[in-house]
Amino acid sequence: MDNPNGATSSMGHSTTGARLQTTERLLLASLGLGLMALGTRGGNVRRLAFGGAGALAAVLAARGSNPVATAMKIQTDSSGETRVSDGVTIGKPAAELYAVWRKLENLPNLMRHLQEVKVLDDKRSHWTVKGPLGEVSWDAELTADEPGKRIAWQSVKGASIENGGEVLFRPAPGARGTEIVVRLHYRAPLGSTGAVVARALGEEPSQQLRDDLMRFKREQELGFHPTTEGQTSGRAAKQESQQKDRPQSQPGGSAAAQGGTR
Amino acid sequence: MKAVIWQGTNKIGVETVPDPTLLLPTDAIVKISSTAICGSDLHLLDGRIPSMEKGDILGHEFMGEVVEVGRDVKKLKVGDRVVVPFNLACGVCDPCKRGFFSACDNSNPNHRMAEALYGGVSGGGLFGYSHIYGGYAGGQAQYVRVPFADVGPFKIESDLRDEQVLFLTDIFPTGYQAAEQCGIMAGRDVVAVFGAGPVGQFAARSAQMLGAAQVIVIDRVPERLQMAEAAGAMTINYEKEDVLTALREATGGRGPDHVIDAVGMEAHGHGPGALLDEVQVKARISFDRITALRWAIMSCAKGGTVSMPGVYGGLIDKLPMGAAFAKGLIFRMGQTHTHRYLGPLLSRIEAGEIDPSFVITHRATLDQAPELYKTFRDKHDGCIKVVLNPWG
Repeated sequence: MDNPNGATSSMGHSTTGARLQTTERLLLASLGLGLMALGTRGGNVRRLAFGGAGALAAVLAARGSNPVATAMKIQTDSSGETRVSDGVTIGKPAAELYAVWRKLENLPNLMRHLQEVKVLDDKRSHWTVKGPLGEVSWDAELTADEPGKRIAWQSVKGASIENGGEVLFRPAPGARGTEIVVRLHYRAPLGSTGAVVARALGEEPSQQLRDDLMRFKREQELGFHPTTEGQTSGRAAKQESQQKDRPQSQPGGSAAAQGGTR
Repeated sequence: MKAVIWQGTNKIGVETVPDPTLLLPTDAIVKISSTAICGSDLHLLDGRIPSMEKGDILGHEFMGEVVEVGRDVKKLKVGDRVVVPFNLACGVCDPCKRGFFSACDNSNPNHRMAEALYGGVSGGGLFGYSHIYGGYAGGQAQYVRVPFADVGPFKIESDLRDEQVLFLTDIFPTGYQAAEQCGIMAGRDVVAVFGAGPVGQFAARSAQMLGAAQVIVIDRVPERLQMAEAAGAMTINYEKEDVLTALREATGGRGPDHVIDAVGMEAHGHGPGALLDEVQVKARISFDRITALRWAIMSCAKGGTVSMPGVYGGLIDKLPMGAAFAKGLIFRMGQTHTHRYLGPLLSRIEAGEIDPSFVITHRATLDQAPELYKTFRDKHDGCIKVVLNPWG
């Protein structure tokens, strides 16, 4: 059924938590069996501990869901891809916002974890990302381009991290501007365990995406980013006594910016 | 400059800090002429609001003179005398355009903190009120940086004294919004106000201005009850009478048509519900003690409104939802959309309908702030509202 709001994932996979991949399940199952075997010997406490842990691992392997990843709100689909999506409403027409995204070389300004996007031709581009374990790059291809409505892309075969995504632009009900929905998917190395490791290393794709969308909204609606960075506080006073040359305020400048009293 | 600094739970000090500077071209710097301590600052004092950091400058009720403007500021100029709403709003996002200024999408730079706590959305920033609300430096100081200078600050062009207009920054609009959202039918409705602190006082007087047939104020502090009586309200001391019985009697068994909970998360009270709250708060599985809200729901008349200017922080259980459902109550709540009310309420002050300075019991210098936070918290010395002079 055609859903005008695109509420169902156009990528056709449901995501209700993180699934363990086949290799992860096999490893977990053999770990469980091993622990259970260790639990057949020794005293009662040892039997209970090893037997219990082994049984738990076996049950998890059989059920196929990764409770740690699910608790961390990591979503994977049945094919093992991690999925991240979010939306924001911006008070501007879709065509205008689409135009900003369509210039792929702008994307590193919009999505801060991107290092660089080089446009190679009409369809192809080269993407570089700073990941938790260093720089990764790949070639991507536009798979859909509907002006004012949707842009979709997919890494080409042989990419070190298989990934893709789409951005939807749709008019918000009422005179509220445009709803932007971003859906990203990638195959984390080592399946859902890899996603957990990446998250533990401080990479939170869903949070990054949220921050990116809010930054974009503020750029479009305000033209600047609200900030408290550099404001005075009881902390600043202590820092200032340690460093004599205080940086001047950026715009305007003022007598006060030199730390003078009024 | 001198500023009131949060130094940790129950530790407030006055320190010398660098003067504020313009950080963005849309900022202004205001030299503060008067500032106040708000009841909600007491939640900061006792550490109930998370994400305060040592060194934060407190204060969100302040006014003064513009001494510097960024290059993109158009409506304000140096020398203007302004009152500044306690909440920051961008003025261009959808909630701002609809008048829901406190729900501004864009003014909180720490939106991710609030989103994590409050269901994926963040309200606007607040001056001097924790990092969840943006971490903006507050106005219990000699100078303050005012972001969104063309949106928030409101010019005072008449010769009204500071004390007559200062409370336009928060407690007057907050009390007024609480009364307004009751939808009072003039000459007919009875309005009960739980809590006779500054917001409760303004809610009671606003209900009268909006035509309430009778206003009933509930508290336990004699000075507060006297202040409400002076305005012509009926009062109930909940430590001396059973509140629900007294309200039924006062309203011929109907209950008040609308009830304003001007207490919020730190209600005192008695009975099994209050005890349960106390245990949960001590065990840190809850933030809120909700006796006032329970009484509000239980006492409200059928089809009435429960209006909640009092602040709540987290998850609430043992709320008498069955009673609310049975009576078909309407709930209205939320942070004040201060920007909406500045003009209309200033007109009421200018017309002599109300002189907000009635609520002030203590005047002091900035240096005395730490002491007065405690006087205000403990309700010593008849303290209801404190105004500070940063230059005294």
